Amino acid sequence: MTEIFGIPVQAFLGQLLLGLVNGSFYAMLSLGLAVIFGLLGIVNFAHGALYMIGAYVAWISLNQFGLNYWVALLLSPLVVGALGVVIERLLLRHLYKLDPLYGLLLTFGLALIFEGLFRDQFGVSGQQYPVPELLRGATNLGFMTLPNYRAWVVVASLTICLGTWFVIEKTSLGATLRAGTENPALVQAFGINVPVMVTLTYAGGAALAAIAGVLAAPVIQVTPLMGSNLIIVVFAVVVIGGMGSILGSILTGVMLGLIEGLTKVLYPEASSIVVFVIMAIVLVIRPAGLFGKEM
Amino acid sequence: MKLKKIGAACALALGAMFGLGAPAQAQISGDVIRIGIITDMSSLYADIDGPAGVEAIRMAIAAVGGSINGKKIEVLYADHQNKPDVAAVKAREWFDTQGVDMLIGGTSSGTSLAMAKVAAEKKKLFISIGAATSALTNDQCNAYTLHWAYDTYALAKGTGNAVVKAGGKSWYFLAADYAFGAQLQADTSAVVKAAGGSIVGSVKHPLSASDFSSFMLQAQASKAQILGLANAGGDTINAIKAANEFGVTKTMKLAGLLVFINDIHSLGLATTQGMYLTDSWYWNRDADARAWSRKFFEKQKRMPSSIQAADYSATLQYLNAVKAVGSDDSDKVLAHMKTTKINDIFAKGGFIRGDGLMVHDMYLMQVKTPAQSTEPWDYYNLVQTFKGEEAWNSKAESTCALWK
Repeated sequence: MTEIFGIPVQAFLGQLLLGLVNGSFYAMLSLGLAVIFGLLGIVNFAHGALYMIGAYVAWISLNQFGLNYWVALLLSPLVVGALGVVIERLLLRHLYKLDPLYGLLLTFGLALIFEGLFRDQFGVSGQQYPVPELLRGATNLGFMTLPNYRAWVVVASLTICLGTWFVIEKTSLGATLRAGTENPALVQAFGINVPVMVTLTYAGGAALAAIAGVLAAPVIQVTPLMGSNLIIVVFAVVVIGGMGSILGSILTGVMLGLIEGLTKVLYPEASSIVVFVIMAIVLVIRPAGLFGKEM
Repeated sequence: MKLKKIGAACALALGAMFGLGAPAQAQISGDVIRIGIITDMSSLYADIDGPAGVEAIRMAIAAVGGSINGKKIEVLYADHQNKPDVAAVKAREWFDTQGVDMLIGGTSSGTSLAMAKVAAEKKKLFISIGAATSALTNDQCNAYTLHWAYDTYALAKGTGNAVVKAGGKSWYFLAADYAFGAQLQADTSAVVKAAGGSIVGSVKHPLSASDFSSFMLQAQASKAQILGLANAGGDTINAIKAANEFGVTKTMKLAGLLVFINDIHSLGLATTQGMYLTDSWYWNRDADARAWSRKFFEKQKRMPSSIQAADYSATLQYLNAVKAVGSDDSDKVLAHMKTTKINDIFAKGGFIRGDGLMVHDMYLMQVKTPAQSTEPWDYYNLVQTFKGEEAWNSKAESTCALWK
């Protein structure tokens, strides 16, 4: 059998595919972070908690109200987006004129509070969320058996990522958003309500995290810790991609998922740190990140 | 400049997430018997011990009336976050400044090994409850450490033998990448080989891994009959989930080497039915255990794990010893504990061996099918009881220098 790096080609392809699945999660979460940082200048450490809440909204709506996965996929981003509105209006709004440090500390504190509340309520063992009926089963690809649900995750998250990128970079709405953050006074003078726009941007970022949470719910145990287990890696992805670069965070997310997947075969013990090693190297060579502009 | 500051803040926040935080409940020392417990209060092992484990200790204190000879009994607790360094620093602080008389180590092997060293240096009694590593009473045994609930040797012997006997000859291991996973894999490998089985391969995963799919693919490629899970808590749960999703369970059987009732509760019987597991205790074992568990349930709204029952047992036996010798001096209390039989809701006819191991029965269980389960938390069928010393390593096998 042919081998790549001493691994049979089949196993190699399988791991690449799994890397792609994880990479699309990274891409989706880092995209939300990049949007919020790029447009608001807030380092949103609460992102992992919002992702976790997104998953819990899905779980609660199924178990308390009997609402299925597809409803949750719409409902959860709305609920978490509304929570985002509250956070932005009530708290973050007061911090824009201050150093970014304050926003970071505030959102980090919020993350700890949310996580603590859910831990108190649900415990850490977590809850099961069933795979929706339509996506059950697996497809034999020859080199591996791919659960249909995972294939759906890749398709759904890459579609959402590219859609978001398109809206922000290629439409007039996106242009207004970018202009509003660059020079709010001038954009306001054109009759655009900048504060509302900023609120909706944060809510949009939060909604992206919630969608990622719903997508993840059937794959991993829904637990209060699911956000903090992932958020550190996602931050590394954003730093590698370049803070605030939207396309950069999508591409970096997918790429790092692939690299991490390969590490799990070549040297599994290093799989939890490989992302950070890459982050260190990138910061030394290109401090602004792979796709970032020098400040 | 802006970026630099953000970088510094990120570092700060990461530090807070990984290292600091979770203050201990501190009191001013008086004329009191002070019990400390350092365990996982917030992470992947928090359900099997955690705050409910502290509650079990409080139940033991209440069982002796809250005080002994007019001296109040107090409990301190802290979160070690599964980090040996955090555990060791907290243990040292408690012995030095808080007047802790007896320390309980909850979950996680690395933290218990670290605390055992500190306690031995301070000549204070340390009881490890839910750390699994058999090193605590072998290579690293010491005169001040007791090991209460189970160890990797007993877990391996129970499940390993049962699975090989049932036809599972070739094994592949998925092991948590720290002291516990390595020890559990090593002990199980020895049992499997002795029973005529073979080890095909293994893979290590980081603690609290977020995704197990890649490891499942590797296990599948090994063509082994049995996938041995040398991990615990949230890691076991996610591994079992991924095994089902990727169809690993169609070609391989899972053997959970350290599975708790909380894990079964979380995954549900449909996913876990038929699985063999070894545990030191089960809430529905006998009338005593049931009665105590119902009391526990009233407070916690869930049935106790074996670790939580062992928290209760160890505290109760310690307090009984303090009462009997009229002192909380570690040497005197230990001498008394080592010559006293243990009979409580956890152990029947238990005793403490020269290596510090509390010898008691262990149980091989099989998870019920959903149809067999008649009430919430009714999850296990008892397959086999390993009586007393039969469950544990023998004096000849022991590598403990104190027990020769």
